[in-house]
Amino acid sequence: MADLTSEFLGIKSPNPFWLASAPPTDKAYNVNRAFEAGWGGAVWKTLGEDPPIVNVNGPRYSVMYGNDRRVIGFNNIELITDRPLDVNLAEMRQIKRDWPDRALIASVMLPMNEDVWARLVPMIEDTGADAFELNFGCPHGMSERGMGAAVGQVPEYIQQATEWCKKHARIPVIVKLTPNVTNIVYPARAAKAGGADGVSLINTVNSIMRVDYDTLTMFPTTDGMGSHGGYCGEGVKPIALHMIAEIARTADTADVPISGIGGITNWRDAVDHLALGAQNVQVCTAAMVYGFKIIDDLTTGLSDFLDQKGMSAVSDLVGKAVPTVTDWQYLNLNHVDKAVIDQDLCISCGRCHIACEDVSHQAITNMVNGQRRFEVIDEECVGCNLCVSVCPVDGCITMQPMTEGTDPRTGRPIVAEKADWTTHPNNPMRDSN
Amino acid sequence: MAGDSTADIKAHRLPEDEVDANFRDVHPPLARSEALIAADRCYFCYDAPCTTACPTGIDIPAFIQQIRSDNLKGSARTILQENIMGGMCARVCPTEVLCEEACVRNTHEDQPVRIGLLQRYATDPIFDQGTQLFSRKPDTGKKIAVVGGGPAGLSCAHRLAMLGNNVTVFNESDKLGGLNEYGIAAYKSVDNFAQREVDYILSIGGTTVKNGLALGTDFTLADLRRDYDAVFLGFGLGGVNELRLENDQIEGVEDAVAYIADLRQASNKAKLPVGRRVVVIGGGMTAIDIAVQSKRLGADEVTIAYRRGQKNMNASSYEQELAQTGGVVIRHWLAPKRLLTDGNRANGLEFEYTTMDDAGKLSATGETCEIAADVIFKAIGQNVAWSTLGDAADILELESNRIRVNEARKTSLDDVWAGGDCIFGGEDLTVSAVQDGKLAAIDIDRQLNNH
Ligand SMILES: Cc1cc2nc3c(=O)[nH]c(=O)nc-3n(C[C@H](O)[C@H](O)[C@H](O)COP(=O)(O)OP(=O)(O)OC[C@H]3O[C@@H](n4cnc5c(N)ncnc54)[C@H](O)[C@@H]3O)c2cc1C
Ligand SMILES: Cc1cc2nc3c(=O)[nH]c(=O)nc-3n(C[C@H](O)[C@H](O)[C@H](O)COP(=O)(O)O)c2cc1C
Ligand code: SF4
Repeated sequence: MADLTSEFLGIKSPNPFWLASAPPTDKAYNVNRAFEAGWGGAVWKTLGEDPPIVNVNGPRYSVMYGNDRRVIGFNNIELITDRPLDVNLAEMRQIKRDWPDRALIASVMLPMNEDVWARLVPMIEDTGADAFELNFGCPHGMSERGMGAAVGQVPEYIQQATEWCKKHARIPVIVKLTPNVTNIVYPARAAKAGGADGVSLINTVNSIMRVDYDTLTMFPTTDGMGSHGGYCGEGVKPIALHMIAEIARTADTADVPISGIGGITNWRDAVDHLALGAQNVQVCTAAMVYGFKIIDDLTTGLSDFLDQKGMSAVSDLVGKAVPTVTDWQYLNLNHVDKAVIDQDLCISCGRCHIACEDVSHQAITNMVNGQRRFEVIDEECVGCNLCVSVCPVDGCITMQPMTEGTDPRTGRPIVAEKADWTTHPNNPMRDSN
Repeated sequence: MAGDSTADIKAHRLPEDEVDANFRDVHPPLARSEALIAADRCYFCYDAPCTTACPTGIDIPAFIQQIRSDNLKGSARTILQENIMGGMCARVCPTEVLCEEACVRNTHEDQPVRIGLLQRYATDPIFDQGTQLFSRKPDTGKKIAVVGGGPAGLSCAHRLAMLGNNVTVFNESDKLGGLNEYGIAAYKSVDNFAQREVDYILSIGGTTVKNGLALGTDFTLADLRRDYDAVFLGFGLGGVNELRLENDQIEGVEDAVAYIADLRQASNKAKLPVGRRVVVIGGGMTAIDIAVQSKRLGADEVTIAYRRGQKNMNASSYEQELAQTGGVVIRHWLAPKRLLTDGNRANGLEFEYTTMDDAGKLSATGETCEIAADVIFKAIGQNVAWSTLGDAADILELESNRIRVNEARKTSLDDVWAGGDCIFGGEDLTVSAVQDGKLAAIDIDRQLNNH
């Protein structure tokens, strides 16, 4: 059995699964239950300066459903903790005492005023927390007060606040990044420049869920009005993965430890985050939707996966896929894939045909010798993967690389050497060497 | 031998509430949550095999997609525009040999999308609320006579009315609907659905109904051809095939279709007299229906005796299973040989075992057996009651005693069309009757109005 013990910034936890700062970590009662269920750590619901903020007394959450009411995306307009600081600190202290082997992280959101940091950081550290996480991500409510995403979108502020926190803290400082920026590398660099020990990402994505079809107001509302919220859950995973990979593959940020967050629902999602550069992961929505019990699938699934790959520790997996992420211009334009349909698996639904016919390259038949039959026409197939994506049968259509001969579509020979856009004749700015 | 000296036939074999429960919906409607899950299983196939398999060509993936988005009115329109009896068909179609058999899901998992139940889910609200989905084109001034108010006739009338024509339906029975009202198993069409559907079909306007008037008795085909621009014949099968045994008109031998008609019209089914031991001769839908319904009324032993093998039965294997799980015994390779009698009533049958050769020819083996019965139902098929239909048989071209039609459902006469059970080459299903009526209407309208 692979060892799931995890170390992030020197903080040990029995597994790499932490609960992200959010309702699941709002108070001792929840965190206790989470640790009983087996979670490796908890990032406490973000602390702020007293007096505590207030939440609306209407709907905070709304979701995007699949047809079976399966939650595939989650939206919230909740703010940071609405409980007094001393109550939170007392509970955190108790939890750390009761669960010394679990990671306990203090998430904080404080104004851009060093005095406040100087006063509160030592107080919070005194609970025995293992690290700080600076919440520069909250996309609503707090940003209007000059905190959260309002800080996270300005690299200079990130650096400044990180410096203040580092100055007054002895424990590691993680900076939590907002995805609501055009290039995630800039805030990551700022965190590094400010002395951060690591970054965590992503926080939630600005979002409006939908409208109410009866009232034609946005949905949901509090007393007829609504406000944008933060989107998370399964639907945001690809956004998180891209941002994590960007930090992990960019030369000057590659050494920044990453805690991956965003859309993790099962162990496979965790594999995605880890292989693309995260050293551990955090989960919020999946726990909110299914309860703490999902930790069993996360841990056993990951452990079995590591065994199957011959890996003995989570760290063996970290960053494995990062070297395979590059810029489009470096992709090998000499490589040719063709779709191949396994006729034994084909159920003749015709989805591939109509997709390719209507919107792609007219490369799949619907009739062969008067019979309903779906075959790829290699002369037309550009290898775009649309048919694979829409086929309802797993493994029925696959992309197969051509290794020899000529591409019947272009008439060009298949060659072993690579050539990319940087040297392509159609590129007006090609390298001329 | 077989049989006690007096037949054990009586009403109230089961308490009323038990009979009521036995005749509730065999396939209860889907709740919204179930429908959404069922709809999600549809792959939205291109040129969908289910649509090809539906005799009326309903765009099934399209209506299921509309269910997914709660667009039920759109979904119902998709269904009813091809098949105005989409509500009844959702209840009575043998989907296991039609759309659901064609479902591509069967390839890997043996569990098709539940198209019939989804079709019902989409259409029920339309009938419950009487939502009119169709409108009539401007009046063409043309008059068409429709003979028979069953699925074929009503479908024809509706489409003709939609296209702006004026229709008169002549229907022999007191109520419209044909076998939807008098024949379909009671547990397939509950809550007076057949009449609610008839009302919906007529609500578009343009159709005059004359119940209780029969071709052959009250008027001739020649009368109709003289008074109308076109005639559609959809009078179904009024005659019943005979057992052809000595003494087969004797008491104790009954016509399954007639009994079912009584059952369908009974306000209190528990009051119907039922035999303790029932034997049904036949292998089609009617045989299954009379057997299952006898059982549900409280018969003790119900046996279907069929002269060929299981695979030869006209009733689908699904229907056979419904009978068997309901306690009906189905025996194959038994041909009726002789009625056993006690005085002047039948009290059993002697059967001869049969066998089939490779060419499909049936022959008797010489071995026999007897089955005792209080009631014997014949369910061996129906025929067109030509002797009651006056001049029709003389002026129409027939094939195997049914009306010959072309692809557009036109008969040998230039102003007469026909459809449903009375034509040659049909499938004897509600859904095919609806398709016949629709196609005929389109052709009539094309011919009369020069489209
Ligand atoms: C017991 C039984 C169970 C069945 N179960 C199913 C089932 O589950 N699913 C399925 O798809 N199909 C089933 N069928 C078959 C289906 O009911 C028929 O195929 C369908 O009803 C045929 O429609 P039709 O309009 O041709 O004839 P019918 O439904 O028979 O309608 C004929 C109409 O014409 C009228 N008529 C008759 N003679 C005259 C005349 N001389 N003048 C004027 N009007 C006349 C009658 O009163 C009747 O209203 C069943 C049939 C039977 C007998
Ligand atoms: C209801 C709710 C409240 C949240 N509150 C906070 C918060 O107080 N502090 C914070 O840093 N992130 C907060 N988040 C963001 C989550 O910690 C996490 O970054 C985000 O939901 C993405 O992870 P997920 O896809 O696993 O949910 C909140 C998320 C939700 C759904
Ligand atoms: S890979 Fe793209 S172009 Fe090729 S057959 Fe599939 S959909 Fe068509």
